Amino acid sequence: MNGVHDMGGLECFGAINPDPNEPLFHDEWERRVLALTVCMGATGEWNLDQGRFTRESLPPVDYLSIGYYRIWLTALEKLLVQRALVSREEMQQGMCIDQSKTVKRVLQGADVNSAMRAGAPVERPTTQSAQFSIGDVVRVENLNKTGHTRLPGYIKGHLGVVHRVHGCHVFADDNALGTGENPQWLYNIKFEAQELWGESRSQAAHVHVDCWEPYIKMERAT
Amino acid sequence: MSDDHTHDHHHDHDHSHLDDTALRVRSLETVLTAKGYIDPEALNRLIDTYENQVGPKNGAAVVARAWVDDEYKKWLLTDATAAIASLDFSGRQGEHMVVVENTPTVHNMVVCTLCSCYPWPVLGLPPTWYKSAPYRSRVVIDPASVLTEFDVSLPAATSITVWDSTAEVRYLVLPMRPNNTEELTEEQLALLVTRDSMIGTGLALTVDHLNNADVATDQLPS
Repeated sequence: MNGVHDMGGLECFGAINPDPNEPLFHDEWERRVLALTVCMGATGEWNLDQGRFTRESLPPVDYLSIGYYRIWLTALEKLLVQRALVSREEMQQGMCIDQSKTVKRVLQGADVNSAMRAGAPVERPTTQSAQFSIGDVVRVENLNKTGHTRLPGYIKGHLGVVHRVHGCHVFADDNALGTGENPQWLYNIKFEAQELWGESRSQAAHVHVDCWEPYIKMERAT
Repeated sequence: MSDDHTHDHHHDHDHSHLDDTALRVRSLETVLTAKGYIDPEALNRLIDTYENQVGPKNGAAVVARAWVDDEYKKWLLTDATAAIASLDFSGRQGEHMVVVENTPTVHNMVVCTLCSCYPWPVLGLPPTWYKSAPYRSRVVIDPASVLTEFDVSLPAATSITVWDSTAEVRYLVLPMRPNNTEELTEEQLALLVTRDSMIGTGLALTVDHLNNADVATDQLPS
């Protein structure tokens, strides 16, 4: 979906203002939101890409103004209601009204360390061979999907060179639909700054972006 | 919730809004716990992991090892996931790692223009500016202007390459080893490796910083 989360190349947001003394969390509730989101993600009731799509689908004014962990909180509440795991009334009252549903997994305290250290690798075995090789010149497809995608707008239609072949990875666009992982070859594509932005700015030379095979087409093989 | 009442007095702006959010999070946590979807102990362990256990000191150990051991550096640049795992750092949001090396002619910077992807096992959770619209939008089009805000200016002969983390591959910058550090131990070298130098918005500290009490402690790995 073309949304405000896809902000690469915009210059309207002003100064970055990095704060060298910034705490990791600004309030206790931010800690809780991080942990609640990770724990509920671990139940397997939605996947990583469905979580991301929910966050980036918030109303654009909210996405740009409510702050990072409020985006997480709002998306978590939305996912819980969508899956009928918790009702809005229960959230408002802070108590159980309806019966619990059975979730696929519950992350136990004793398993946190091993679960976090194992992570969730997304590379998958495949019998398909990669269509592109290092050095191939490719053009990014002009895709405008209504659902989730990890194809940023600023590279659409542009030429780049295959820099690296990462392997066959879970395809985010399809995984977000809940219809399966549909693994696809993933490439790192190198773009000249001038190709992307016209007149390139001071010292800007290249931008590298990871692209699944369906995002690109062959322009010139090596 | 552990210490709500100690956190009710800190806010110097927008008091009611923050309190509303804290209440909202507390209600949600209460319901999720009562329904048996989460183990409260898992929440506490997750917070402890990402607040106290995992952080930039992990990445600094990786960089310092690469500075003193050429074989390790080669491994890190060709199979970062395995090389980093050999130092016992692995897992969530670092399942597929790539390390990019700064040289006198190329300076690398990392971003996630679409959300907030960041290599947790080696850097911990991202700072607010990394997740913010100003950084995410501008660094791909005008990286030198971003560096200016971090008080970094590069030699004119250095060009900038930006890595946009659009898939599940996570990028870590291998900063250049500072001059006059031949006598330092690996542990001392690690103290010169800041979080920002591994994102690309900073450089490794100079050797003078090792004995300089004025060095900003937040910039040192903790």
